[in-house]
Amino acid sequence: MQRRGRIAYPYTVWMVIFIVVPLFLILFYSFTEGDIHNIKDLRFSLNGYKKVLEPIYLKVIGDSFLLAGISTLICLIIGYPVAMIIANTDAKYRNLLLTLFIVPIWMNFLLRTYAWMSLLSPNGFLNRVLMWLGLPKLEIMPGKGAVLLGMVYNFLPFMILPIYTVLSKIDKSVIEAAHDLGGNNVVTFMRIILPLSVPGIVSGITMVFLPAVSTFVISGLLGGGKAPLIGDLIEQQFLSSRNWHFGSALSIILMIMILISMAIMSRIDKSEPEEERRKI
Amino acid sequence: MVKAIKRVYMGLVFLFLYAPIIVLIVFSFNKSKSRGQWGGFTFDWYIDLFKDRQIREALYFTILIAVISTVISTIVGTIAALGINNMSRLGRTIVLNINNLPVLNPDIVTGVALMTLFISLRIELGFITMLISHIVFSIPYVILAVLPKIRQMNKHTAEAALDLGATPAYAMRKVIIPEIMPGIISGALIAFTLSIDDFVISFFTAGTSVTNLSILIYSMAKRGVKPTINALSTLMFVVVLVLMLIINKKNDKGEDIII
Repeated sequence: MQRRGRIAYPYTVWMVIFIVVPLFLILFYSFTEGDIHNIKDLRFSLNGYKKVLEPIYLKVIGDSFLLAGISTLICLIIGYPVAMIIANTDAKYRNLLLTLFIVPIWMNFLLRTYAWMSLLSPNGFLNRVLMWLGLPKLEIMPGKGAVLLGMVYNFLPFMILPIYTVLSKIDKSVIEAAHDLGGNNVVTFMRIILPLSVPGIVSGITMVFLPAVSTFVISGLLGGGKAPLIGDLIEQQFLSSRNWHFGSALSIILMIMILISMAIMSRIDKSEPEEERRKI
Repeated sequence: MVKAIKRVYMGLVFLFLYAPIIVLIVFSFNKSKSRGQWGGFTFDWYIDLFKDRQIREALYFTILIAVISTVISTIVGTIAALGINNMSRLGRTIVLNINNLPVLNPDIVTGVALMTLFISLRIELGFITMLISHIVFSIPYVILAVLPKIRQMNKHTAEAALDLGATPAYAMRKVIIPEIMPGIISGALIAFTLSIDDFVISFFTAGTSVTNLSILIYSMAKRGVKPTINALSTLMFVVVLVLMLIINKKNDKGEDIII
């Protein structure tokens, strides 16, 4: 049977060409400078990384992690109770509720972001409603507030679903036992339910934080250049400024920071987040 | 009391999730071009939509690429998964770890990395590069969907088929493939939805000659809000909704039969 492993060889070659080599190219360009179309002109340089350390760019990187972090926290605060409520609903309605949370993510990501664009714009629907109610105008778009809102809106279901999955698997008799032993609702929640749901929280955080920190669509459409994130910087370097060396250095920094955050998360919980990611 | 609070809370969250979509749909029938004002009912934006050649072309490329990349990545992914399962422990760990890279890496990194590769190889960005990129990010998901099914499969069934005189190809067709079919189907569905929905990786690898719907929506939205996008969103939402409901219904039935 061992020989049958050979049928994976073509894919292994494919993988090396299209997954490994491109990442090494990024690494290579991040440590060089010169004309990208002329290999002979390229020489070793740390200028790409030096540029990352310039204050304007450090601020952008800091903003990306801050906004992604805040939106992850908001998703957790809104999403955890939702997941609990769904998990405690009668089996009859549970699937309906779940489907209602999944349906919005079937809609194209760009369209969901676009929907907020038309809601939040200065003369948009939301402001008309506020004016009609005699309330002051909401002027968050374009800006960081709108980006944050867009992140929470787009990724909230990705927080709810993994937490729900874990909560629904908790053995009800464990909770009953806690009550029988004199634990009130708060104690039962803090000492039993919350610790048992950590794997769900961890994969929820990963599934919200990763796309949020690397997005350039949300910031591009809702931030209008006022709240550039690391994703916008990378996009600019590859598509408009054509500074691949700086763009590659930024990509490598992004990957390293994500690796570090994932390592921290997996220290909190050893479970594999991919399983959940794939389901959706 | 607690129940009422729960209801209100869920209601608010649903309002948050659905209000933008509903407003979008309602305003796709709005006669006035302004987003805030209702100027009467109209189908004009839908008519505009069907007249728009750019949108038709983008739709064509979106579907074409999704279909081709799903077929190729499902076949290649399934074969690769069968092979990976029979690899030595070390080989399997290495291959699976590399295979996971596009799943775990941010899309933007995968996108710029592929773009860098194509440009370095002097391949002009266009239909082919976009198709290859879609295959690149789809295969890992197919493998992740198929591999568990292969692991669950009873090894001896295939061996029994071979002992009973089946050629390896025949055993594959009649024994192994039917056994892992649920994994293959869910892998194909994931690949298809990922491809239809992809924006970031397409954006970097499509060049200027081809666009898919996501790229078109992005460039239209960057220029400002347009009622035709509302109409397009509504149509896409309805189509996806219907498709997913059909798939889910089928899945439910399939599970019933298995149980």
